[in-house]
Amino acid sequence: MKKQSLVLVVIAAIIVIAGIFFITNQNIQKDVSDDQKKIGFIYIGPPGDHGWTYMHDVGRQYLEKELGDSVSTTYIENVPENADAVRSIRKLAESGHDLIFTTSFNYMDQTLEVASEFPDVKFEHATGFKRADNVSTYSARFYEGRTVIGHIAGKMTETNTIGYIVSFPIPEVIRGINAFYLAASKVNPDVKIKIIWVYSWYDPGKEADAANTLINQGADIIVQHTDSYAPCQAAEKAGVLAFGQASNQEAFCPNAHMTAIEDIWGPYYAAKAQAVVDGTWSSEDTWQGFKDGMVEMSPYNEKLLSSDLIAEAKAIEEGIENGTIHSFEGPIYNQAGELVVKEGDVADDGMLASMMFYVQGIDGEVPQ
Amino acid sequence: MNIELIIGILNIVLISTTPLVFAGIGELVTEKSGVLNLGLEGLMLVGAVTGFITLVLTGNYFYSLILSIISGVILSGIFAFLVLNLMTNQIATGLALTIFGIGLSAMLGKKFSGTPIEGLSPYYFIIISFLLVFSVGYFLSKTKSGLIVRAVGENHNSAYALGYNVIKTRYFTIIFGGVMSSLAGYYISICYAPMWQEGMTAGRGWIALALVVFATWKPWRLLVGAYIFGGVAIMQMNLQAFGVELPGQIFNMMPYIATLIVLVFISSNKVRLKLSAPSCLNIPYEKNS
Repeated sequence: MKKQSLVLVVIAAIIVIAGIFFITNQNIQKDVSDDQKKIGFIYIGPPGDHGWTYMHDVGRQYLEKELGDSVSTTYIENVPENADAVRSIRKLAESGHDLIFTTSFNYMDQTLEVASEFPDVKFEHATGFKRADNVSTYSARFYEGRTVIGHIAGKMTETNTIGYIVSFPIPEVIRGINAFYLAASKVNPDVKIKIIWVYSWYDPGKEADAANTLINQGADIIVQHTDSYAPCQAAEKAGVLAFGQASNQEAFCPNAHMTAIEDIWGPYYAAKAQAVVDGTWSSEDTWQGFKDGMVEMSPYNEKLLSSDLIAEAKAIEEGIENGTIHSFEGPIYNQAGELVVKEGDVADDGMLASMMFYVQGIDGEVPQ
Repeated sequence: MNIELIIGILNIVLISTTPLVFAGIGELVTEKSGVLNLGLEGLMLVGAVTGFITLVLTGNYFYSLILSIISGVILSGIFAFLVLNLMTNQIATGLALTIFGIGLSAMLGKKFSGTPIEGLSPYYFIIISFLLVFSVGYFLSKTKSGLIVRAVGENHNSAYALGYNVIKTRYFTIIFGGVMSSLAGYYISICYAPMWQEGMTAGRGWIALALVVFATWKPWRLLVGAYIFGGVAIMQMNLQAFGVELPGQIFNMMPYIATLIVLVFISSNKVRLKLSAPSCLNIPYEKNS
């Protein structure tokens, strides 16, 4: 009896381990012809999140379609932002990949570590700032989209209270809050934003709680910088308005979703992959917005927004594109009332990249 | 503060705490019979995804609920077979169940994530959760079957000597716990945040486990504890939105810190007796010994 049980346990354990192995490795393809360039992607979440990772995967598929047979792509999903990432990145480098995209901020040091071991492999790290001869960085100017939705929110709010759900206090998120508030207060000086930090990129339950809390406190527009569409759903249920995040989420909240800021990675991925195929790849820093099509607005919801307002929003998009409008135009004051951007100036990229303060008019402090 | 605001806050607390009550009360019964099931997170995810998929495919809430429950019965049945009949290590098997559940739910749900569904009102579940806690409390303290469950958890050899079927009792409590976890998962994907996305329970299974210890294995304390955990989380959100500065990370750690403190108390044996921890918790039962 005992021996038999032991055998059964061992078999069960092998099945479970094999199953886990199968699930984590099913996306690693091995059969590739020699002249093809292999492009690898490291994802922080599942491509099914309908947010951040989903849009990177859309970019990957675009790359595959554009370059056809000259490349093949692979990805590893759900890679945690810790030492484990080194293993995953190295796995791609070792298996003959020529170009590897690591698509989250906290893969920064891990990317550089593996890059130093594989000088012939090219690396592209999203939203980071550390580069090397074979490591480029790239990011999108999402804050330009925040200027557009800030304008819409300022015009649409009736309670003058806007609820803003945020993940972690990092420059990208703070920059978004500031750009949003500057645009909203420009068209509606009475507007107030209520901010809730949920300390998670992705927890649908908590995001819904935060949205409901804000609505309960009188917010009639919900803005989010977290990854699930739960806040938009909560807004739909409560009969208030919202903006989608990272991808078009109108299908989930058709009566609340006014528009969304979309991340468009495809053309960039295709260009960089083409550069590797042509042998012209070089290390550089890319930060693109509306102008280069890396950030786009989802179709404006005509049921909710007047045609005048849609025209205004489109005019802002265009203004940012041709440089007549900037999200951070002086004069801008910080909360202490000090002038940080002079009249006639715009905030430079250095200030934007390290922005860790709220502009004047936003209540509360940036969490430390 | 006006009355509407307070009612609104209570409403959000009720909605967000209910999954903890379901998963917690199930685990409490399992642990009372002397079995530690660390697989809650996995059970919840599989319960959530099976309910969601069935709802998408059939459009019928009743079928989706039944399938979600069946998934809990099957998975916890496998767990019970492993730990009771094959006498595998409960902690290792529970962890394996969680890892397995995370992977299985992700695989099953891949095609369905991002399908919009019509959510179900959470209020039925909230009412059931209260009734459940009181029934479990009554069952454990006032009925003969409840006494048998406790006897099995306190000393399985004595219970066996008295003629009670230890294995059968534990099968019953493990499957009850599994079904409650599936219901918690079902509630999350159908009522709380009507959607399916991988890993959407976001650690609530672990909080429920902590809650059982925090409640020192007493049903009514579990209810109070769940509402303290849930209430604190919602209160800190409200304070943030009112502009009060709070270290949010610390509030996220609160359930675990509170549980650690209770664990420190329990580790002294005299207090432990008073706190009603089942003595046979996590000790495998061998019939011939």
